[in-house]
Amino acid sequence: MNARMKPAASAWQAVIGLEIHAQLSTASKLFSGASTAYGAEPNTQTALLDCAMPGTLPVPNREAVRKAIQFGLAIDATIAPQSVFARKNYFYPDLPKGYQISQYELPVVGAGRLRVRVDDGRVIEVEIQRAHLEEDAGKSVHDAFHAETGIDLNRAGTPLLEIVSAPVLHSAAEAVAYMRTVHTLVRWLGICDGNMQEGSFRCDCNVSVRRGSDAPLGTRTEIKNVNSFRFVEKAIEYEIERQIRALENGEAIVQETRLYDPARHQTRSMRSKESADDYRYFPDPDLPPLVIAAADIARERDALPELPQARRERYVAQLGLPEADADQLCADRATADYFEAVLAVLPGQAKLCANWVLGEVAASLNEAGIEIAAAPVSAAALAQLLARLREGSISGKIAKDVFAAMWAGEGSADAIIEARGLRQISDSGALAAAIAAVLAEHPSQVADYRGGNEKLLQFFVGQAMKRTRGQANPQQLNELLRRALAG
Amino acid sequence: MSLDHAAVRHIARLARLAVADDQLESLRSDLQRVLHLFDDLAAANVDNLVPLAHPHDQALSLRDDVVSEIDRSAELLALAAASQGGYYLVPKVIE
Amino acid sequence: MSAASIAALAAELAAGRRSARELAEDALLRAERGAALNSFIRIDADGARAAANAVDAQRAAGAAPSQLSGIPFAHKDIFCTRGVATTCGSRMLRDFVPPYDAQVVERLASAGAVSIGKTNMDEFAMGSSNENSAYGAVANPWDTARVPGGSSGGSAAAVAAGIVPFATGTDTGGSIRQPAAFCGVTGLKPTYGRVSRHGMIAYASSLDCAGVLARSAADCAVVFDAIAGFDPRDATSVARPAEATLALLDQPLAGLRIGVAREYFGSGVQAGVGERVHAALAELERLGAVLVDISLANAHHAIAAYYVIAPAEASSNLARYDGVRYGHRTAQARSLDELYSLSRAEGFGSEVQRRILVGTYALSAGYYDAYYLRAQKVRRLIANDFAAAFAEVDLIAGPTAPTTAFRLGEKAGDALAMYAADVNTVAVNLAGLPAISVPAGLADGLPVGLQLIAPAFAEARMLNAAHQLQQATDWHLQEPAA
Repeated sequence: MNARMKPAASAWQAVIGLEIHAQLSTASKLFSGASTAYGAEPNTQTALLDCAMPGTLPVPNREAVRKAIQFGLAIDATIAPQSVFARKNYFYPDLPKGYQISQYELPVVGAGRLRVRVDDGRVIEVEIQRAHLEEDAGKSVHDAFHAETGIDLNRAGTPLLEIVSAPVLHSAAEAVAYMRTVHTLVRWLGICDGNMQEGSFRCDCNVSVRRGSDAPLGTRTEIKNVNSFRFVEKAIEYEIERQIRALENGEAIVQETRLYDPARHQTRSMRSKESADDYRYFPDPDLPPLVIAAADIARERDALPELPQARRERYVAQLGLPEADADQLCADRATADYFEAVLAVLPGQAKLCANWVLGEVAASLNEAGIEIAAAPVSAAALAQLLARLREGSISGKIAKDVFAAMWAGEGSADAIIEARGLRQISDSGALAAAIAAVLAEHPSQVADYRGGNEKLLQFFVGQAMKRTRGQANPQQLNELLRRALAG
Repeated sequence: MSLDHAAVRHIARLARLAVADDQLESLRSDLQRVLHLFDDLAAANVDNLVPLAHPHDQALSLRDDVVSEIDRSAELLALAAASQGGYYLVPKVIE
Repeated sequence: MSAASIAALAAELAAGRRSARELAEDALLRAERGAALNSFIRIDADGARAAANAVDAQRAAGAAPSQLSGIPFAHKDIFCTRGVATTCGSRMLRDFVPPYDAQVVERLASAGAVSIGKTNMDEFAMGSSNENSAYGAVANPWDTARVPGGSSGGSAAAVAAGIVPFATGTDTGGSIRQPAAFCGVTGLKPTYGRVSRHGMIAYASSLDCAGVLARSAADCAVVFDAIAGFDPRDATSVARPAEATLALLDQPLAGLRIGVAREYFGSGVQAGVGERVHAALAELERLGAVLVDISLANAHHAIAAYYVIAPAEASSNLARYDGVRYGHRTAQARSLDELYSLSRAEGFGSEVQRRILVGTYALSAGYYDAYYLRAQKVRRLIANDFAAAFAEVDLIAGPTAPTTAFRLGEKAGDALAMYAADVNTVAVNLAGLPAISVPAGLADGLPVGLQLIAPAFAEARMLNAAHQLQQATDWHLQEPAA
């Protein structure tokens, strides 16, 4: 092919599939009664099974199975009435049994789908091929010892749900949007804490490129264990570019595992692994098939919460919220639930409630670096404040001050308004007195106004507010001022 | 199924069993004889049969999500030939 | 040598004529005198004395003892015993002291039985002669130039020599029944899943089964009742209410239909063995059983299926022996790869290595379908044959092994010949069925075993038939010359 015939770079299509590992939030491990708590001293959370003591046997955790079912139902997938645990055999020091118990041919969750909103506003439907239960490996510590690697098995056996998308994503942005949607969903369902720093939610990215969308799939590379949205985006962008550059230079893509280097925003080939990985999967003889009764599936289906997508749509269609507000409120279930609890006290005031939850509350949470569940102002407390605002007892500005005081733990909205004497002055007599004083103090401005400079109204409002220490009902003040000036 | 030295090396590598060069041929012929025994499988009529992985086709029993283990790290690490600072030790792994 | 039954010893203890401590001392003394058999890897005299003293104290305090309280016995060295080294017959676990007890160990300890030590075995239960032990071969008490069978060879020899009235064993392809037959004792392999595998070092998980070797079916029943039952720590453990096998031992056999599988009497069967088995069947017939000629047409495929499936599972089960957390660790490793491959090559014996390699091969890419998957289908075929047969008969009978005990070293260099001798026992494991080997007299001075196979969970029926046979004959009472 000569240079002239070479298609433009824009003709390349990236094809991306993600394998997301979500750690299921169970108290104990997938097959043993050891704790899954993060951050313990090395090897202090290992049952005999987790160090592969001879004669020990795995017994699956019912709760992990239940959480996998919940995920499957949430992506509209078939739950396998019978699934099989298989052994994936390979030697590595953080894999004490010499095999990982996973699911291979018959996963617990079959094909499903998820609607994903991409940043550019498009909504794509991402096919999820399967989700299966498997145990995590332990941790190798390479830098703590001179000539040795240290092995900590605390994480070994922690339950993971591996969520495998079809290769249907075509850009880093789509991949990240999909990953975020899954992240929201698993946290929404309460099946994974989504903590990416602790590795509770991480992903392997399979990336290939091809010339146009009809060409056969290209050779793919796998970027292992990326644990932030930004890194996923950068890693995929880099890898797409790298592959296109290589192919355009006439080089072949090698099917390999690559590592993402966050310092350089690059991917690099892992030291060429086993020339032929051969995991010798076979059904785990210690574990007969996992049989899930239709009644159990039905029970989980009935208990499933309203899902983020449905709730977002309801907020837009029924509450009339802008899509952006609905998106933000539904980014996590605690926020959406908080919003609804406020709204329950103030029916019909969805926009007001949303503004406050996404405004003052979100900003305060952000500043304090805490989750909404830990917010010092409860939904009920906020609702009381907003009720005062609605009925005109306080102004919007005062409401913000009161909120700050509530956040600081000074008491309820009513108590703070009362204690600080912040109740809005709606008494027309008192306001009229204040207005008369202001007009008397500024005769030249009054003359200007009356001469046609109506912009000066704000000046008088400001002055009158000052006199009432901000407590004047602004609408009423406006009205009375206008009348007095028209005088 | 005939087995060559490369195949024996490959299997031994997968199984992490060191094989000395001078053992290779005897091991090869030994394995070859055992594999020959398996030719008999081809003679069985297994049409339409579902593989049987577990006797009784039993279903799996599950356990409740309860932390039932205590820290036994001192006792367990003492079983290892090499440990330090609470870690099991292996020769340096280069990634 | 003492050949007293569990019941007789329990009666002595109950009457106060003997103490548990005395029985333990007797057993320890017999073990010492029988040391040349090499049936034990480890004698735990201190543990035995402490356990016996505790039982005596309990009895003195008026605690209601079980039938096994104070009865001395031995554990196959495949069961993890807390604080007592457990080698599984391997150099790999030479110094391994388990931090916990197997379920079978717990059950027998809580019943008050007194373990005097750990019996010799083929390494990781892989073998039919006990010659694959890292701790030396075991001699058959009937002829010390012969093998006791395997892999529970030490348990069979210890019971046959009268050192202990019973010993635990495990059976993956005949490892209880074949040594029981070779040593002239009764060996019970329960239904797969009846006895918990928790703490029993795995060979082939879908086939492994804990059981017992004793002097009689009645004694086997006592021990079986003590060790059987659901265990939540083993996901393959079967939740079924326990059956009182003992209560059913005395039922008459009238009308019991026993299938005699013609495939079990093929050309490979030694003439004397066939004669003794037919004599035993005639005795059962005399007791009221009805013999029915049946066919298990695919029986001969069991060897190939077994020797694919068991090594495949073993190749994975034994991957944990890597020198890192316990067990043998090479002194030569300069890298992780060497740590693995040298520790394993040094720690495992040749038969274990052979089976690991064969199993690895059977599971490897390109061969899985032809070997492993096909073997699982043959397994189904064999299970189906049994199911069809049990629609017609209550039990199936045949010789446990085609020959009597062979000479030490006779087959040592010939793995295939060794494998072929498992033809009558492996099919039972593939189908997960219970079976028992009972003595059927001697052929040329060596014991012959009759194997009775029952449908899944019908141990009681099988023990009943074996017990009735033993009530009518004295083959199980025959003892080797001291």
